[in-house]
Amino acid sequence: MNAAPQFEPAPADTVLAARNIVKSYGGTHALKSVNFDIRRGEVTTLFGENGAGKSTLMKILSGVETPTSGSIELDGRPVAFSSTVDARNRGISIIHQELSLAPNLSVRDNIFMGRELRGATGLDFAEEARQTRLLMADLEEDIDPLTLVQDLRLGQQQIVEIARALSVDSRILIMDEPTSALSATEVEVLFRVIRDLTARGVSIVYISHHLEEALQITDHAVVLRDGTITATAKAKDIDLEWIVRNMVGENFDLGSPPAGYAFGEVALSIEDVSIADSSGSDRLVVGRLSLDVRAGEIVCIYGLMGAGRTELLECVAGRLPAAGGRVLLEGDDISRLSIAERISRGLVLVPEDRQRDGLVQTMSVGTNLSLASIGAFVTGMFLSRSRERSLVEGSIRDVRVKTAGGSAPIGSLSGGNQQKVVIGKMLTTNPKVMLLDEPSRGIDVGAKAEVFRLLGERATQGLAVVFSTSEVAECLGIAHRIIVMRRGRISAEFGAGVTKEQIMAASGEAVIASS
Amino acid sequence: MTDVSHNRSRSGPKTSSGGFSLAKLLLEGRAFLALVVIIVVFSMLSPYYFSLANFLTMASHVAIFGILAVGMLLVILNGGIDLSVGSTLGLSGVIAGFLMQGVQLQTLGILLFPPVWVVVVLVCVLGALVGLVNGVLIAWLKVPAFVATLGMLYVVRGAALLMTNGLTYNDLGGKPELGNTGFDWLGFNRLFGVPIGVLVMAVIAIIGSIILNRTAFGRWLYASGGNERAAELSGVPVKKVQVAVYMLSGICASVAGLILSSELTSAGPTAGNSYELTAIAAVVIGGAALTGGRGNIRGTLVGAFVIGFLSDGLVIIGVSAYWQTVFTGAVIVLAVLLNAIQYRRRVRLPSPTDGPSTSPQQGKARTADPAHEKIAG
Repeated sequence: MNAAPQFEPAPADTVLAARNIVKSYGGTHALKSVNFDIRRGEVTTLFGENGAGKSTLMKILSGVETPTSGSIELDGRPVAFSSTVDARNRGISIIHQELSLAPNLSVRDNIFMGRELRGATGLDFAEEARQTRLLMADLEEDIDPLTLVQDLRLGQQQIVEIARALSVDSRILIMDEPTSALSATEVEVLFRVIRDLTARGVSIVYISHHLEEALQITDHAVVLRDGTITATAKAKDIDLEWIVRNMVGENFDLGSPPAGYAFGEVALSIEDVSIADSSGSDRLVVGRLSLDVRAGEIVCIYGLMGAGRTELLECVAGRLPAAGGRVLLEGDDISRLSIAERISRGLVLVPEDRQRDGLVQTMSVGTNLSLASIGAFVTGMFLSRSRERSLVEGSIRDVRVKTAGGSAPIGSLSGGNQQKVVIGKMLTTNPKVMLLDEPSRGIDVGAKAEVFRLLGERATQGLAVVFSTSEVAECLGIAHRIIVMRRGRISAEFGAGVTKEQIMAASGEAVIASS
Repeated sequence: MTDVSHNRSRSGPKTSSGGFSLAKLLLEGRAFLALVVIIVVFSMLSPYYFSLANFLTMASHVAIFGILAVGMLLVILNGGIDLSVGSTLGLSGVIAGFLMQGVQLQTLGILLFPPVWVVVVLVCVLGALVGLVNGVLIAWLKVPAFVATLGMLYVVRGAALLMTNGLTYNDLGGKPELGNTGFDWLGFNRLFGVPIGVLVMAVIAIIGSIILNRTAFGRWLYASGGNERAAELSGVPVKKVQVAVYMLSGICASVAGLILSSELTSAGPTAGNSYELTAIAAVVIGGAALTGGRGNIRGTLVGAFVIGFLSDGLVIIGVSAYWQTVFTGAVIVLAVLLNAIQYRRRVRLPSPTDGPSTSPQQGKARTADPAHEKIAG
């Protein structure tokens, strides 16, 4: 497969053309010379796995970020967006993946935030409310303009977000995962609105993890992988398998499950665990889920965003309370123990968000590495510096952290090496079970392979490993067993011989007749 | 992985900080520099300023704030704030005064005069109790530290006023026949010519330094102040650390209260009013970040000396009390301003040089969320 499509002059109906867009964050290239066209009155869908660069490209097109190099042409004339407001004034608006509403304000105030309508005596609230009602009627949603956004359920908040983008008469509307919290009927309404918009000449850029759904609405499909466009086609010429094939690629090898040894006893046993929604509704984010993991086994949990993976792992680690069920570590019920007690018994979690939950940014590489095992180098009342140093140095060697030394600031490391520090910190506690939530998030392919190799190595020494991922290719690497989670439940369980298509079908991403 | 080795070669000289570092040195040692400037300027303005006797007198003034500031530093390192220390100081003096007057046990019909060491211990226990209430409110009941300790500021001050009916205990000397003399030792005596208060401050600073640098508790304190979520997931008992920190701050306030009432040989219910703000100022001038996780005892002590030597110097050269307030305020703002510059530089500077080390995740977080920058450094 050729890496990038040839440069071709933009067709006449092209509204916006991005040419040779490169975006680098330091040495990591999020986008490598991307050409991307948006056609008038048509829907263009961007497909790609997490981290492929979809959101980065959209942020550049909507003025949130500026490209490192490359140009953007609007109606054939080169433009540079200085800000989102600039882009919005030129008719480009974006519905962000993460909701960007102010929950303490009403629906009306959110929709008109930053461009309030002025009347004779201050703001014209009546006119704002009237327009809000029209928008809500258009979206077939019965929401009063004065309802506070925090009182709406997530799907309705997403509707408000969409309404806000619609309220600005845009020529180009970018929708980054607009349906992730919508019900099936709401999705249908959204699709009708999209068709209305395109009929009026508005161009839509659509991004979704629900491939089937996206294929229904789109006119063009563009597939992005590792910052490069790998394929483009008209929607009528392609099917789901084409998308999946181009998204995942064939040449990605994260190794194979470690073999040549027998698994030990059941190390971790999750029994009927339920977890309540943190927002206080009756919904369960994880419902009566059971799972056994043996010593030496590597289990991968695959699922889309919101499938309940993070909640499950955080609950097992003791961060979230369980609404029901038990967690057993080597046969002992640990459900009532604190995080610290679970760590000392040998159950550790490497959290999803390194910056927020994994590292103390004010401390050095060494103090981060030794944080979870301080007890190992305390003599009497005091820390033994020499023992700490040897522990830190051992750990740096062990997980192969590339650093100037234990005293280097943690911020001086690359993302992959920071991740190794978080993993190394937990490994120095000599765990029996290690949970990793999206361990490959935000690190490059080389570091990813090294992290997985490290986990494989530890598994052969008897460590039970459970890791979650939203990249299907990672499941097929070192995992002995693949669990697919969908809406808080296990929807399928596979051995190592499974195909990508089967996994994606079970996650609800795409329903494909198994080939 | 070429970028990583690149990063390594860069960070080597950077951490050992070779060539250009004068600006950095001036920035990081600014509190000490300020202290030197203050001493030089006032020595030139007044012949009385530069003398051992004056330094010792000023140091004994500093001691009260210095002790409060050490406790405050622990709280601020933890990411909190303790507004109740001034009131705790006042109540501690009042309780000490009350105990020195004798405790009447109604049922037995006797008047007990506890010896001074018992008074000291009881007052410290009281400080710890105030801290315990603060800590429980903040750690378990999730009341914001600012609000919880603000409430305690009023409650504790009110308690002191209620106990004395607004009056002052004047006779803290004790009587030899009752066996409770020696309270004035704290405030008046000297050991090798150094006021006891200064020695107490030194001892507390040394203990604090050892706690912070050489114990697991100290490490936990820095970690949970730097990133509470990460610390908790690493098995740090963040709630217990939080409670302990406020208790230690309360004890420091009580010790300061004992020294102050001993120096004055009287204990008034309004003693220590607004001292918490001076303590916070000392911590901030000493370079600690109010967001938690950064700071040390040395800096805080220097900060306390800066404030003390400045205001005493202004008194000596005869500047009006009103102007003193203005100067002190200006110094505090200047210190915070420099703090902001220092911590922003730490975040911003690496990006051009250490560019390759930044993951896309980080890069996004930095540009997307300015609040994140404070902790990302």
